[in-house]
Amino acid sequence: MSEEIIRFEHFGFQYNAQSSPTLFDINLTVRRGEKVLIAGPSGCGKSTLAHCINGLIPFSYRGERTGSLTIAGKTADALGLFGISRHVGTVLQDSDGQFIGLTVAEDIAFALENDCVADPELHERVKRTAGLVGIDTHLAHAPEDLSGGQKQRVALAGVMVEDVDLLLFDEPLANLDPATGKAAIELIDDLQRQTGAAVVIIEHRLEDALHRDVDRVVLMGGGRILADMPPDELLSGALLTENGIREPLYITALRYAGVEITPDMAPRSIEAMRLDEDAKRKVRDWFQALPESAPMEEQSAQLEAEGLRFSYAPGEREALKGVSLTLRRGELAAIVGTNGAGKSTFSKVVCGFEIQQAGTLRLDGADLNGLSIKERADHIGYVMQNPNQMISQVMIFDEVALGLRTRNVPEDEIRERVQEALQICGLWPFRNWPVSALSFGQKKRVTIASILVLKPEIIILDEPTAGQDYRHYTEIMEFLLSLNRRGYTIVMITHDMHLMLEYARRALVFSGGRLIADAPCAEVLTDPEVIARASLKETSLYALALRCGISDGRGFVRRFIAYEREVARA
Amino acid sequence: MRNIFNYVDRPSPIHRLTGATKLVCLLLWSFAAMLTYDTRLLAVLPVLSLGMFMLSRIRLKDVSFMLGFTVVFMVLNNVLVFLFAPQHGVSLYGTRHKLFSLGGNYVVTAEQLFYHLNLVLKYLATIPIVLLFVCTTNPSEFAASLNRIGVKYSVACAVALALRYIPDIQREYHDISRAQQARGIEMSRKQSLVKRLRSAGAILIPLILSSMDRIETISNAMSLRGFGKNKKRTWYMGRRFTAADFAAMAFCALLLAASLWLNRVNGGRFWNPFQ
Amino acid sequence: MKNNSVKTIVAIGIGAALFFVLGRFVAIPSPVPNTNISTQYGLLAFMCALFGPIAGALIGLIGHALIDFSYGWGIWWSWVVASAVFGILMGLVSRRLHLADGEFGKKDIVTFNLFQLAAHAIAWGIVAPVLDIVMYAEPANKVFLQGAVGGLANIVTTAVIGTLLCVAYAKARPKKGSLKEER
Repeated sequence: MSEEIIRFEHFGFQYNAQSSPTLFDINLTVRRGEKVLIAGPSGCGKSTLAHCINGLIPFSYRGERTGSLTIAGKTADALGLFGISRHVGTVLQDSDGQFIGLTVAEDIAFALENDCVADPELHERVKRTAGLVGIDTHLAHAPEDLSGGQKQRVALAGVMVEDVDLLLFDEPLANLDPATGKAAIELIDDLQRQTGAAVVIIEHRLEDALHRDVDRVVLMGGGRILADMPPDELLSGALLTENGIREPLYITALRYAGVEITPDMAPRSIEAMRLDEDAKRKVRDWFQALPESAPMEEQSAQLEAEGLRFSYAPGEREALKGVSLTLRRGELAAIVGTNGAGKSTFSKVVCGFEIQQAGTLRLDGADLNGLSIKERADHIGYVMQNPNQMISQVMIFDEVALGLRTRNVPEDEIRERVQEALQICGLWPFRNWPVSALSFGQKKRVTIASILVLKPEIIILDEPTAGQDYRHYTEIMEFLLSLNRRGYTIVMITHDMHLMLEYARRALVFSGGRLIADAPCAEVLTDPEVIARASLKETSLYALALRCGISDGRGFVRRFIAYEREVARA
Repeated sequence: MRNIFNYVDRPSPIHRLTGATKLVCLLLWSFAAMLTYDTRLLAVLPVLSLGMFMLSRIRLKDVSFMLGFTVVFMVLNNVLVFLFAPQHGVSLYGTRHKLFSLGGNYVVTAEQLFYHLNLVLKYLATIPIVLLFVCTTNPSEFAASLNRIGVKYSVACAVALALRYIPDIQREYHDISRAQQARGIEMSRKQSLVKRLRSAGAILIPLILSSMDRIETISNAMSLRGFGKNKKRTWYMGRRFTAADFAAMAFCALLLAASLWLNRVNGGRFWNPFQ
Repeated sequence: MKNNSVKTIVAIGIGAALFFVLGRFVAIPSPVPNTNISTQYGLLAFMCALFGPIAGALIGLIGHALIDFSYGWGIWWSWVVASAVFGILMGLVSRRLHLADGEFGKKDIVTFNLFQLAAHAIAWGIVAPVLDIVMYAEPANKVFLQGAVGGLANIVTTAVIGTLLCVAYAKARPKKGSLKEER
């Protein structure tokens, strides 16, 4: 069981288009049957490392390599891209881009077709592999009929059909709702046990990725490997937080309570962790010493939805089955739920992108019915998940000014308003830059600025932090919080439970086209029934509270968040 | 959205033919109908194609939408031909049997009407076959079929990719255009033409730039799964030819042969009843 | 097969899908009542400039054929072929441009538009009408006028949308050797 699949020795890499190397002095070995988690902030080189493992470097992305890398004992050049793909199967982050076939079965068959495997073996192996990942009842389904989790299973089957030695996952949790992400980690673990293949998972959501045990965590930063050790050791030290990776919430809570984390406590998961009486008492004392967080002030109603019903085509399943809710002025709310639960549809109906078949929408008491998309946008702004889907102008200034120019606002007023929006978004120094020179997070700010400039009262954001590491995530969220303090009502659609817990006051939980819960976040994330129905995940803080003998788990979560806000602000 | 090509999954003898067979038949048939203006053959083809339509158990309801487009297209084309060349039939057939006059150059002749009859027959000969092909061929099988009839598999795969990503791109277009409309981008007649085109640009630029990223991801995903490894590849949806397939292809080949033979006998593409 | 040619194949597939979606669903009302301007040739010209004549020809061929199939009026071969011919001719411009490297200056805009002018003129002014006459024996004045109107509209859309796309794409490309960090 000690066969080496991957061996990096003093390996370095520099892309042709870049002026400095991306990877420095990498030493890393992965053996058969091992499970390794690679974590690190954006730009740390973890994607580049993945490209080196699966052969896209050097065969698709050009650059200069130093040191040595062997895959199953051979160099990349000796194996070629196709030779490497026999050993390494990659599940990409973008499950739509990876889904090449018109149906599930065709997609799983893709690698075999390229290998000229003929029938009956072809059908046989597709069926067997589909069974392995539990997608065999959906063989004739098209990708648009599948959920995100199902697409990921297809992607997994598509690489497992070749009996590879190593499975490489690039951010497998990025597009999944919490419960599906948990199931994905479980599936990866089970398959690894069954097949004995090595598994490498690249993921910055450490707590979720550690839901099942891993052998080692490799922490990267600045193109180097900073740590390569068992999770228990890594979680005991301070390396994670120092390098922009968020440690699990229960660990943070324990540290706040003054508990020292050591490897022999097995901190890798809240279930496995050994907590002695002393630690539990410290947590209880910490909890009792914290003030109860102040209840929210009830503001006046701003947007009222009543009995909204909508289906995309006549006769099709209803995407909204009578949704009623009220948004209050100046609040920060999160909309959560699975894919297809109706959360995006709800936002689209609110913005007038789609028109409901029944029900009413009122803004400050006035019916929105009959207002065009453009007219509604003067009150309600919508920011898409991917900023690249909104940006159409070359220069930042023009991009932000676009909505004003189409509204025939005089040019000197445009200058003023754009300046204000850019200043709020911290983009004023870049006003004369091309948008393409900005980072992903900055582009996101540009899209927010281009909405702000229209002075809406409500801003709806679809997954505002998708694909962001902890530092950028915090940056974006603090920015949204500052907007919220200026009086904007902010609604976020999200899969990220941490995000919702930390920043939103209120959670609107959708499931099957209905609103099934409308309550403070701490309440929602500790309610087993809502969690199960909406495919959410209980927060580990709650489990920690219970383990420490605190019966008011909900209160514990609330006070933790309030405390952390203060610590973070300080 | 998936059913933009209107595939109707309903067992029938036509459905049982392989996609490759249907593609070959479509090509042979459409060329047979295109090449000749022999009214006798053109009159037989619609009858045959209607018969096959019945055999396929496709209902009129299934194709009413497409049929509507086609009829409009056919009428429009006939009107245009008449408007632009009311004496086209006369120059083709070499005689002039005047029926009545609509004023000016617009004198209706028997030759012109006969030419229009032939045009209409051509439509009637091919439309049912095209609808039949579209409704009875599983899009999944189409790429395999192209490869089977000799198209390079890389090109066949490109066609499959187009079919795969049309719904995704359509959805993305819809989302982007709504988000841009919110910012005031519109393409209605209220705007000047150049403004309309610029508005279209504001929607198409994000769509197309994000599609370029998509190309990158997909080609990586395909390379990682061994695409292009061998000179040939197999197809999960490929099917073997049966006797019925060969019979169908032979029949359509005969039609094309008949069309070519008639052109020879007639000494040109037109069968001329006026001389 | 090198990854580069895989990329071309994917570009053909995605290009044809875009061509289809634009042709079927992106209708800009034209000054003539009840007619729409087809935006897909702006896209096709851009893809040609980036991926060359073979990709251009196949995007035009597949995309146009799929549109015709989806309407059910069969294959109007003459116009499908003309789209492919436009793709080939327009694709020749790719050798004179360095769009993939992010270069598209004033001179390139002129080159791009001269090529599209010539390619549209040949495709719609000659190829489509001549094939209509040869294949369907349609009257000459009708098909040449149809070709001229269609070609002219395509030239205008390509000039605006095609040029916009090239400029936007070139601006969005990282310039060689100018990046400091990953991504």
